[in-house]
Amino acid sequence: MEFTSIDELQSAMREKRYIAERGLATSLYLALKLRRPLFLEGEAGVGKTEVAKILAALLDTDLIRLQCYEGLDVHHAVYEWNYTRQMMHIRLLEASGEKTDEAELFGPEFLLRRPLLQAIEQSKEKPPVLLIDELDRSDEEFEAFLLEVLSDFQITIPEIGTIKTPNPPVVIITSNRTREVHDALKRRCLYYWIDYPSFEKELEIVQTQLPHAPVQLARQITGFIQALREMDLYKLPGVAETLDWTTALVALDQSALDPVIVDETLGAVLKYQDDVEKVKGAQARLILDRVKAGVD
Amino acid sequence: MDLVSALDQIEIGRKADFYFAARTLLVHEREHLALFDKAFELFWRKPAEEWNVDWPGTAQPRRGSRPIVTPPPLERSTPQAEDSTSASSQELTVIEVTRTYSDRERLRHKDFAEMSAEESEAVKQMMAHLLWKVSERRTRRKRPGKGQWIDLRRTLRRSLRSEGEILRWSYREPKLKPRPLVVIADISGSMERYTRLLLHFIYGMKSALDQPVEAFVFSTRLTRITRPLQIRDLDLALKNVGRLVGDWAGGTRIGESLKTFNFEWGRRVLARGAVVLIISDGWDRGDVELLKREMARLRRNCHRLIWLNPLLGAPDYEPLTRGILAALPHVHDFLPVHNLASLEDLADRLTDLNRRSNGGNHARYPGRPR
Repeated sequence: MEFTSIDELQSAMREKRYIAERGLATSLYLALKLRRPLFLEGEAGVGKTEVAKILAALLDTDLIRLQCYEGLDVHHAVYEWNYTRQMMHIRLLEASGEKTDEAELFGPEFLLRRPLLQAIEQSKEKPPVLLIDELDRSDEEFEAFLLEVLSDFQITIPEIGTIKTPNPPVVIITSNRTREVHDALKRRCLYYWIDYPSFEKELEIVQTQLPHAPVQLARQITGFIQALREMDLYKLPGVAETLDWTTALVALDQSALDPVIVDETLGAVLKYQDDVEKVKGAQARLILDRVKAGVD
Repeated sequence: MDLVSALDQIEIGRKADFYFAARTLLVHEREHLALFDKAFELFWRKPAEEWNVDWPGTAQPRRGSRPIVTPPPLERSTPQAEDSTSASSQELTVIEVTRTYSDRERLRHKDFAEMSAEESEAVKQMMAHLLWKVSERRTRRKRPGKGQWIDLRRTLRRSLRSEGEILRWSYREPKLKPRPLVVIADISGSMERYTRLLLHFIYGMKSALDQPVEAFVFSTRLTRITRPLQIRDLDLALKNVGRLVGDWAGGTRIGESLKTFNFEWGRRVLARGAVVLIISDGWDRGDVELLKREMARLRRNCHRLIWLNPLLGAPDYEPLTRGILAALPHVHDFLPVHNLASLEDLADRLTDLNRRSNGGNHARYPGRPR
């Protein structure tokens, strides 16, 4: 699907139940038009990875995901030879008395295609969405390599040759900022910081994602989470936590928040003991009263 | 240029779209978003002649995102305020002070706080010769070697030479990398006599080490000084640090500052087994409970927590201040940092970290400095 305006993209995303801000829609639209990678940063749980999934659905194409971790190397990101099969092949030939042909042994049949190679190969037909998730977890060595791949979208395998594509895949890179990603890489990309949503937007997200949640509950939960984000907590709850909590409370047949249930289910929202201690009890009650007065 | 081609894609008359398009292309860092907003407002509102603003956050001469290396000053002789004239005369004295072995020895053990201007210049030079190397950790990246991981790729390649018969297995071992270092220095009033030399020391360490060195200073609040310290010219770097830090020689709130560090920076700079150095005398005017809590959290998040205290150099010093008492149970090492010899000790210790165990729950109390 081709998009001809930002509005079109934004409303298409909405149809797929992703409520995108105007700024994010603009960045995505430009990334598609200019064929540049989009670098998404933001706190955990604000929907960075989701953007790539929605985009793949909208473009009606595959999503290829590369989860980064420290020590990620070419063999896990690009390609690897299937050694066990190769060895088996050698044995089989041996048994039938033939000699091993090296060119055959290192042919496409024995090649394991990892995400980056897959993405480039598939791009020849139909560019997929390539999600490079949590880039900050990888190390500098991989970052340098990625910079190279992102600049000309070609990969050289010594035994086979160079594989390239005229149409680059749509690249989404996400980072949680546990490490500064190198400037050179960022400069190649469009940049967008996904912030926590406003009350209205978050409520909209809850209601689109979980349409069966009672309205009053959704409003109270959203209000409560928004209040928590004003607090001095070690880890603020993201949108993912809002949705988790709503799901949990719906499962418990709650139609509104009350102090007891808040204390009991706080673990769905706050993931550090210090934070739970701080909020539980009196503080939770205080927020709850304020929220109820405000949103009902 | 990117922006121009982007403008073909959007309706230029719509302010919001133009704003987001320009922002996504021009800004690459969250911290710069506010600055961009201001620039954009200005661009949109006023004709160019009236652009006359005090940019927020650009007190450090507009080198936000890129660690450009500023060229060292061309001529030391050009009238560069007080610096140049005094520098040349100081260099002369320096030679004089460090002339003999015994002079150098005397300097090595002299407390930083008691040094004359000439002596501290000499020590700065000697500091530059300290060898810094932080111990290494095993990364998850493997390379061919003698480790316990089989290297199938090489094994197979090799076996082809013998018609597919595996005669010898090849192995891989983890690659080693030096640990990242984080320095958090106290620049409050009580530390004033040490501050300048310690900044020199941090700068020296940062330029000598290949791995990331993050530097922070605090008195009542925490300031990150990693960026300004990246410039090659030390005087300019220190000047920029000075401009950035609003609270030189103020009161001390260690607890609050560490909390800021833990909340805002911890996750970003403590990854990958960092070694943390806190330089402070422990005179704390803040909340002791908070300090305890934040020290405990910091310790859980780093590989090694080392507290450097200049007062520990004094023979009759006992760590009895509230701050120190609160912090001490949580540090791995409690070391003096009052003279050059203590810095040398520190350098040795950093190189050696791996060979020592990661420490129990109590601070290792070093013997009194020699």
